[in-house]
Amino acid sequence: MAKAFSRPKALSGTHTHYCPGCTHGIVHRLVAEAIDDLGIQEKTVGIAPVGCAVLAYNYFDCDFQEAAHGRAPAMATGIKRVRPDLMVFTYQGDGDLASIGMGEIIHAANRGEKFTTIFINNAIYGMTGGQMAPTTMPGQRATTAPLGRDTAQTGMPIRMANLLAELVTPGYITRQAVLKPQQVNKAKKAIKQAFQYQMENRCFSFVEVISTCPTNWGMTPVDALKWAEDTLLPYYELGDYKVPE
Amino acid sequence: MAKVLMKGNEAIGEAAIRAGCKNYFAYPITPQSEVAEYLAKRLPEEGGVFLQGESEVAVGYMIFGAAGAGERVMTTSSSPGISLMSEALSYIAAAQCPAVFVNIMRGGPGLGGILPSQGDYFQATKGGGHGDYHLLVLAPDGVQEAVEMTMQAFTLAEKYRNPVMILGDGLIGQMMEPVEFPDGLKTEPSNKDDWATNGMAHRKSKKRNLVKSLFLDPTALNDNNLALKAKYAQMKKEEVQYELVNADTDYQVLITSYGTMSRVCRTAIDMLKEEGIEVAMLRPKTLFPFPEKAVFDASGKESCQAVISIEMSMGQMVEDVERCVKGRLPVEFYGECGGDIPSPEKIIEIIKALL
Ligand SMILES: Cc1ncc(C[n+]2csc(CCOP(=O)(O)OP(=O)(O)O)c2C)c(N)n1
Ligand code: SF4
Repeated sequence: MAKAFSRPKALSGTHTHYCPGCTHGIVHRLVAEAIDDLGIQEKTVGIAPVGCAVLAYNYFDCDFQEAAHGRAPAMATGIKRVRPDLMVFTYQGDGDLASIGMGEIIHAANRGEKFTTIFINNAIYGMTGGQMAPTTMPGQRATTAPLGRDTAQTGMPIRMANLLAELVTPGYITRQAVLKPQQVNKAKKAIKQAFQYQMENRCFSFVEVISTCPTNWGMTPVDALKWAEDTLLPYYELGDYKVPE
Repeated sequence: MAKVLMKGNEAIGEAAIRAGCKNYFAYPITPQSEVAEYLAKRLPEEGGVFLQGESEVAVGYMIFGAAGAGERVMTTSSSPGISLMSEALSYIAAAQCPAVFVNIMRGGPGLGGILPSQGDYFQATKGGGHGDYHLLVLAPDGVQEAVEMTMQAFTLAEKYRNPVMILGDGLIGQMMEPVEFPDGLKTEPSNKDDWATNGMAHRKSKKRNLVKSLFLDPTALNDNNLALKAKYAQMKKEEVQYELVNADTDYQVLITSYGTMSRVCRTAIDMLKEEGIEVAMLRPKTLFPFPEKAVFDASGKESCQAVISIEMSMGQMVEDVERCVKGRLPVEFYGECGGDIPSPEKIIEIIKALL
C-alpha cells in the first residue's frame, strides 16, 4: 500500500521542544514540504532566529546558521550575496523581526535580497515568557503589559506585511495563517511560491504566518486558535500584499 | 613588483583583493571611508561582491553569514562602528568562523573626534563583545605593514577559524606612502567543507553543517569555551610578532609603543642617541597575542632603569606591559589622545625626566 503521509525529508525527525498546540511545528512542516517539493534540500541554508525557533536547526535537515536576535536578514544577505546559488531562508518571530531586527528586515527587503523570510506572528514574545511584542493587540495582556497593551503608551501593533508592501522595490509579500486546514493549505502554497521566486532569482519574499502561543496567551490550544481567528485576523488581514510583476 | 604611492585606506582595499578576498561589506565612517570607496570600484572589476550595508550592526552579520558560508570576507570601520560590530564579533568568535575586521581608530569615547587615536586597545584585545573570546589583533605601523598584515590576516583567520582584526589608526588610513604588494601572500582558502554552510550538494556530503553559538547544555558550552581557549593558547605559541629597536645597546630606558606612535618614538630614539643617551623600543606587532616574554626579557637588561609605554590613549597597553614586567622595574606611561600626535621633542623630554 502506498504511504499517504510521511515525514518530509527536509525534517530531521528530532522531537521539537514546542509546547502542545503551538503552531511553530506546523510551519516547520510546511517549509520542509516546500523544500522537498522543489528538490532543494541539498543547497538550502536556513537561518535560525532568537525566540522559540532558536533550535530550528535541530528540526530541519539542511545546512543552518544561527543569527543573533533580529539579525537573520543581514546574515541571509551575507550568505546570498557571496553564494547566489544557495537557497537561503530566515525563520523569525515577531520580537526578533519586528522589534530588534526591524532595520535589518526593511533594508534587506528594500534591497530586494533574493532570499525568503518566514515570519511567525504570534503577537507575543514566546521564548522569554510572554512579554509584549510590537505585534501585541491593543488591550492584550502580556507580562510587560499586565493591564493589557496601552496604545497611548506603546503605539498600535505593527503590520509587517503591510509595511514592507509599501516599499517600491519589487517583492512577494503575503500574510497567511495556520489556524484552520484550508489556511494551512494556502500557507503551504505561499511558502512554496516564495521559494520558487528565489529559485528564479526574482525577488525578496516574505511570508507572514499568523500563529498561536497558547502557553503565553494562557489558553488551551483550541481556545488559542479561536482567539487568533477572532482577534488577530480582523487586524492582520490575510492575503497577498505584493506580488512581483 | 615596483613600489606605488598609495593612501593607506586604498592600499588596505587593494591588499584584500590581492590576498584573494572578493567579498566586502561595510558602512561609511571617517577616517576609513576610502576603503569602501576604493572597493566599490575595484571589486566589481574583479567579479567580487561590494555592498554598503544599512548599519554596522547589519554589516557584522553580513560578514558572519558570508564567513559561515565559507567565503573570504572583510569589513573595515572606525571606533564607533566597531562598537556596533562587537555583537557580531562575539558571535563569530563563538561560532568559530574566519573573518577580517579592520579598525582605523579615531578618538573616543563617544563620538569623540575624527583624528587618529589608539583608544580602542582595550576593546580590541580584551573583548568589546560579551563572553570569553579573543580576536587575533595585528597592529601595523604604516601603509606597507598595513598591506602585509591585511594579506596575512586571511590566512590567519582561516588557520584559527577566528576573527582577525587589523588595528590601525586614522593616520595610517589617511597618509600616502610608497607600497609594494608582496607576491607570496596570495593563498588559497583552506578546506571548509567540514564546517561551512556551503550547501550539502556542493560538498557531496550527507552530513549537514551548522554554524551556531548556542550551547544550552553547560558541559557543551564549557567545552566550546575550552576549545576557544586552546586556540588562543596556540596563537600565543605560534603567532607572536614584535620588533626590537636599538636593543643591542646598554639602553637605560625601554619604550613600549605600537602603530603610528612607535614611529615618533623611533625618531626620538635616534635623536637621543646623538646626545649619547641609549633608549630601546619594543614594538608589539601582534597586540593579541601580546609579546609577553619579549617584554619581560627586554625589561631585564641590567642597564635598564625604567620602562615607559607611550600611546595615543590615556593608558591602555601599559596594563599589559606592567603585567609582563612583573614588577621588576617601574613602568611609566605617557599618552595623548585628542588626535594630536606627540612630537619627538615631547618624547625626548619625557624620557629625560625619567633619567
Ligand atoms: C540582544 C538580545 N536581546 C534579548 C534577547 C532575549 N530574547 C530571546 S527570545 C526573545 C523574544 C523572542 O520573541 P519572538 O521573536 O516573538 O519569538 P517567539 O519566541 O514568540 O517564537 C528575546 C527578547 C536576546 N536573546 N538577545
Ligand atoms: S512559548 Fe508559545 S511560541 Fe513558544 S513554543 Fe510555547 S506556545 Fe510556541
